[in-house]
Amino acid sequence: MKQGLDAPICLTWELTYACNLACVHCLSSSGQRDERELSTAQAKAVIDELRDLQVFYINIGGGEPMIRRDFFEIIEYSISNKIGVKFSTNGAFIDQRNAERLAAMDYLDIQISLDGTDAATNDAVRGEGSYATAIRAMDNLKAAGFGQFKISVVVTRHNVDQLDEFKALADSYGAQLRITRLRPAGRGADTWNELHPTNAQQRQIYDWLLAHGENVLTGDSFFHLNAFGESLPGLNLCGAGRVVCLIDPIGDVYACPFVIHDTFKAGNVLETGGFTHVWRESDLFTELREPQSAGACASCGAFDACQGGCMAAKFFTGLPLDGPDPECVGGDGEILLASVPVALTPRPSMDHSKPPRHKVNA
Amino acid sequence: MTVTLESACELHPQVALRPEPFGALAYHYGNRRLVFLKHPDIVRVVKTMGQHSSLRDALMAEGVDETRWPSFVSALSSLTTSEIIRVL
Repeated sequence: MKQGLDAPICLTWELTYACNLACVHCLSSSGQRDERELSTAQAKAVIDELRDLQVFYINIGGGEPMIRRDFFEIIEYSISNKIGVKFSTNGAFIDQRNAERLAAMDYLDIQISLDGTDAATNDAVRGEGSYATAIRAMDNLKAAGFGQFKISVVVTRHNVDQLDEFKALADSYGAQLRITRLRPAGRGADTWNELHPTNAQQRQIYDWLLAHGENVLTGDSFFHLNAFGESLPGLNLCGAGRVVCLIDPIGDVYACPFVIHDTFKAGNVLETGGFTHVWRESDLFTELREPQSAGACASCGAFDACQGGCMAAKFFTGLPLDGPDPECVGGDGEILLASVPVALTPRPSMDHSKPPRHKVNA
Repeated sequence: MTVTLESACELHPQVALRPEPFGALAYHYGNRRLVFLKHPDIVRVVKTMGQHSSLRDALMAEGVDETRWPSFVSALSSLTTSEIIRVL
């Protein structure tokens, strides 16, 4: 699998950089629509290609994907081509009518993003009113008989103690809980220092995941924690460019959803040869499929378990890619981090954040 | 469910197979499970087993050496758990 697949298993497609929210850890620094955003026809051509590649399902995100006027047209087109859709949303557009429309569709999964089991914890990260918005969307999905949707949580220093409550909340809706790792990507690069779980909390996450096994989804994002001992369920490797990739709203293809940066841009779906050419032939993906050096981690007994962790987390914190993850459970990343000057950490290549609102002093 | 050499099995109708260098990927559109079939022989057996009245017949028809049958039985049993195949 490290040599790559003929087509991705897990393809994320951010449909738009437009968003009604401005989460402080947004991986794609979303806010404003990019005028180069793929048109409906271009999006459908991408779906045609994914169908020919036998991609089984796509993960749609943004921005807020439901902001696009052709959102339903795109997902219906995908599903009618036997490509299942799983989309992430903040829920703002899941009113009663849309909930019913979504409930009537097959091969559709919905992930509602929620980062706290109370408004104060959630809204501190996702913005004022976003907790109420998410709960309303979940109520609407439940009332419409959608069935099992997912609640998707980015684990931070401030909500890690709520894991049991998140599980109870999901259970109360007949929903499935999904928890993922906070990445220092996009606006998350600016907030990671304050938000990422402490070393003790990492152990807490690991123990909690071991206890809950396959009932909780993780997107296999916590494999760096395998260095604690027993492996967590899932694919224990960085899938960037091997089994995973990202198509961004303007059609640029990146190695994974957490590395929107020129260094990890493999091409664009609008170029000759399209996505297929990028996936199979691009220099970047070819390189990522070659055996990677363990570097500074080579002599560590835990390397087989953690695989050196997350490439994106290392990149955006300024660490070498062939060394420990910044959240290395052995503490090696933390030591290295202390020596990285803040000025030298890479910045995201694109920023679609809305301009800050300036308060006018009356 | 345990599969035996006498079981008649078939690929689940909601499962799609995608060829890959190592064998194939199997995806179940109903339960959303993704499974790696890590050998071309298992892929061939899974594809054709529905046409045979028993697993034994399917293995013979695909020319799988008898010494490997026990490993096929156990691999196919685990594929019933994820409903990639089903016993008829």
